[in-house]
Amino acid sequence: MTIPAGSLLTAQDLRKAYGPTTALDGAEFSIHPGEVVAVMGPSGSGKSTLLHCLAGIVMPDSGSITYNGREVTAMSDAERSALRRSEFGFVFQFGQLVPELTCVENVALPMRLNGSSRKEAERTALAWMERLEVDELRKKRPGEVSGGQGQRVAVARALVTNPRVVFADEPTGALDSFNGERVMELLTDAARSANAAVVLVTHEARVAAYSDREIVVRDGKSRDMERVV
Amino acid sequence: MSIGHTLLGLLESGPRHGYDLKRAFDEKFGHDRPLHYGQVYSTMSRLLKNGLVEVDGIEAGGGPERKRYAITEAGITDVERWLATPEKPEPYLQSTLYTKVVLALLTHRDAADILDTQRSEHLRSMRILTDRKRKGDLADQLICDHALFHLEADLRWLELTAARLDKLREAVTR
Repeated sequence: MTIPAGSLLTAQDLRKAYGPTTALDGAEFSIHPGEVVAVMGPSGSGKSTLLHCLAGIVMPDSGSITYNGREVTAMSDAERSALRRSEFGFVFQFGQLVPELTCVENVALPMRLNGSSRKEAERTALAWMERLEVDELRKKRPGEVSGGQGQRVAVARALVTNPRVVFADEPTGALDSFNGERVMELLTDAARSANAAVVLVTHEARVAAYSDREIVVRDGKSRDMERVV
Repeated sequence: MSIGHTLLGLLESGPRHGYDLKRAFDEKFGHDRPLHYGQVYSTMSRLLKNGLVEVDGIEAGGGPERKRYAITEAGITDVERWLATPEKPEPYLQSTLYTKVVLALLTHRDAADILDTQRSEHLRSMRILTDRKRKGDLADQLICDHALFHLEADLRWLELTAARLDKLREAVTR
């Protein structure tokens, strides 16, 4: 694959196996700033492994991942951790909020981990919570809010550090379609206005319809549909 | 959609000219396909002939005369019957896509390719509808949702077929 000009994050010929099981078998990927790309494919096709490799959570067995001109696979664990904290945001299927913290503390957490003061972090967190229409939940704990509200809190947390890439793995998988679509609307609006790219893993077409384009992963191989059609 | 019944239904709230009927229809139901004036006037002539509407008044002006139509008792009964009759569900048994997939398998072409390309085309339509839904009012949202759910149903079939291609190949080439 030739790397498209202006790409923010690219992957070439990624291979990854878990024991005898091949998860990625030459997968490729590229995304531009401010772009929303859906990664689709059946269960077990390798789409979550692709996301984890792109985000530097899992190291591929071979292949290359380039973020903003830097080779991710050549970074140390500490460098990849720092990259994830400062440049990436994450939303998972189940919000994975810290149950002991209030919602505003959850949203502020990535900024706190990056060294911001509590006051500054919570002020920024609240602004994002307003944007995601969950600011009234600031003092509640995750156990006291609904699934849809919790997921909006998780989106606010993913965006609070102004990441350049948001990785969303089935972000609406646990929500009904009305709440799921609202979360997608808020997530993509907020990401586009911040010029953040979104890598969206989903098997739901209605969720993928919020993306700009899709790639399909099957048997560990990817197919960029924009280059096919 | 039955244009005749829809125009009759719009007349139930009071008499209107053909032009007003067209405008009301386009605003509420026309969206991508506004009515032609010719359609309105030919439909009204038919309804008039069948006694479902009557002429309530005629305005003579500089241009062609403008008839104002009112619904009759028979017209109201007809609308009521239409509303109460369920629409026949589409059986969707003649699927071109299914035919293409089977033909691809029979001729040793890549059927998964056909499904991928179709998914992409469906998603393209779904993106347009989703965008329109985001920017539209509640009526727009409901119309787009209706179309989106149908496209989504196609895609669910597509994914299921993609997952069963090997079995389908065995079945059709046996």
